[in-house]
Amino acid sequence: MALLRLERLSFAYHRSEALADVDLSMEQGEVLALLGPNGSGKTTLLKLILGLLKPSRGSVHLHGRDIRTIPRRELARMVAYVPQVHKESFAYRVCDVVLMGRLPHSAFFARYSENDRLIAGEALERLGIGHLAERPYTEVSGGERQLALIARAMAQGARTLVMDEPTNGLDYGNQLRLLERLKALAGAGYTVIFSTHHPDHAMAVADRVVMMHQGRVIRDGAASETMTPQALQELYSVDVRLYCVAKGVQVCVPAVRLGNNSREHEENGHHVGSR
Amino acid sequence: MKVLPISLLSLLLAATALVSLSLGKYPLAPGEVAGFLGHRLFGWGTFDAERLQLLENLVMEIRLPRIMAAALIGAALAVSGAAYQALFVNPLVSPGILGVLAGASLGAALGLVFLKTWYGVQAATFLGGFAAVGLAMGIARLCRVNSTVMLVLGGIISGAFFSALVAIVKYVSDPYNQLPAIVYWLMGNMAMADQGMTLKAGIPILVGIACLMLMARHLNVLSMGDEEARALGVNVEAVRLTVIVCATLISTLTVVLAGIIGWVGLIIPHITRMITGPDNETLLPATALAGASYLLLVDDISRLAFTFEIPIGIVTALIGIPFFVLVLKNARKGWL
Repeated sequence: MALLRLERLSFAYHRSEALADVDLSMEQGEVLALLGPNGSGKTTLLKLILGLLKPSRGSVHLHGRDIRTIPRRELARMVAYVPQVHKESFAYRVCDVVLMGRLPHSAFFARYSENDRLIAGEALERLGIGHLAERPYTEVSGGERQLALIARAMAQGARTLVMDEPTNGLDYGNQLRLLERLKALAGAGYTVIFSTHHPDHAMAVADRVVMMHQGRVIRDGAASETMTPQALQELYSVDVRLYCVAKGVQVCVPAVRLGNNSREHEENGHHVGSR
Repeated sequence: MKVLPISLLSLLLAATALVSLSLGKYPLAPGEVAGFLGHRLFGWGTFDAERLQLLENLVMEIRLPRIMAAALIGAALAVSGAAYQALFVNPLVSPGILGVLAGASLGAALGLVFLKTWYGVQAATFLGGFAAVGLAMGIARLCRVNSTVMLVLGGIISGAFFSALVAIVKYVSDPYNQLPAIVYWLMGNMAMADQGMTLKAGIPILVGIACLMLMARHLNVLSMGDEEARALGVNVEAVRLTVIVCATLISTLTVVLAGIIGWVGLIIPHITRMITGPDNETLLPATALAGASYLLLVDDISRLAFTFEIPIGIVTALIGIPFFVLVLKNARKGWL
């Protein structure tokens, strides 16, 4: 049985259709990247999976159950949301933010237990930010904040992580460090679905790429098969080339970088687009 | 919850309460008051019968009810301010700024003129306050700009609207009996809080504060944004409504007790947050203690600074306004 199954999933904001008839299913341990231009419905899709939006048609099934029938607290123990790093917040300590992940595990009026604090501390250590526990969340770097939000998702105990542009707003080094963490999570058995604007990031960590355009899935398959220059050109309406820089490692280069000498490069490099 | 700041603030409140019990037209030594309280509560020590009668009269009957009222009001205003700030993720809101106090005063004025029973006044006060915070939120939402400033503006508009309605009530009220009562009371005045009223309002205030403290973890999560809170399993609508009802209830009850006492709900949570950090599990109890201590001190000033008593609402405003300027200056630094 698929872990996550979307059937003819549709959603409309004020009558304008944001998502139309999306069918998708994911297995446990898969890392799926969502690619698509702005407004293509990536975020809407993620929010539907989290149960933050109600589908106007179709359904989301998790472990075979329609998520509309799963109580919110129980759902929170199954799927965790790693939102984009936000700016507006009070200066909670990093460990307090991670501790929030334990909320769905305790009674309404209870306090966090020692065990909750232990689990939160472990999550911080696993992401290598244990030393930041006492620092104000608003004063650590964007990359560290994103790691804290991932730690919170892990403390939440959910095995499926939904991430909205996790590398957005991070500097280059932090983007790469975050991708490494993502890969490690997948290795540890987490199922990850994330949206991104970087084809390279999708190729670096995703097993599977889903391309979205105007609320529809236009391509869905293994990263190596779906990521073709034609597909990316179609998706973003720009000219890009893909190069193979090592065995199984591809990079995406915008054609504008190649200037008039692009043909020459194609001859020298291994241009995988013209297979 | 951090134990150290809570214990220190509890000590501060005990000390301020003791000093406040000693201060007055007939000053007493704090040591004597402490000894008297020990005798009264636990039967410690011995007292001269005549002296005992004087202390009983002065401390228990005259000063204690007022001090309890001041402490309750300070705690209620500070906790409701902190709760609103967490709920709206907005460090610039407070019961005063959201228009709750103005709405409550309309309810109370209408209640005083038409209903006349204590429970009627209390219910009308709560409904007025609730309507005002609803209007402030509605204006902020109508403008579709989800910003800190819009909610503050919405609160100012709501407050101005309800103040105008209060002016109508004042205009039509009887100028010899009702009008002076309304005006005097709207200035914020502790002199009217008697023992019966303090007890009647005190219990729901304590219940409201306890409810908000029990929801501290949910307030933390709500202040990360609605969607995150939902994804963490929180029933956002139910929790938000409960918080608004509790915070509005306790702040409108302060209006029933002593009229409009502004600025406490804004500045005390800020000062406390600087000491304890923003975690509501520590912040709410700490700010309750700090608010109670602060209002006791301000009440001492309003009672004793001059030969006549200044309405406490005027003193809190005179102290609060310069502080608010500092808050605005620092608001962009981390609190936003």
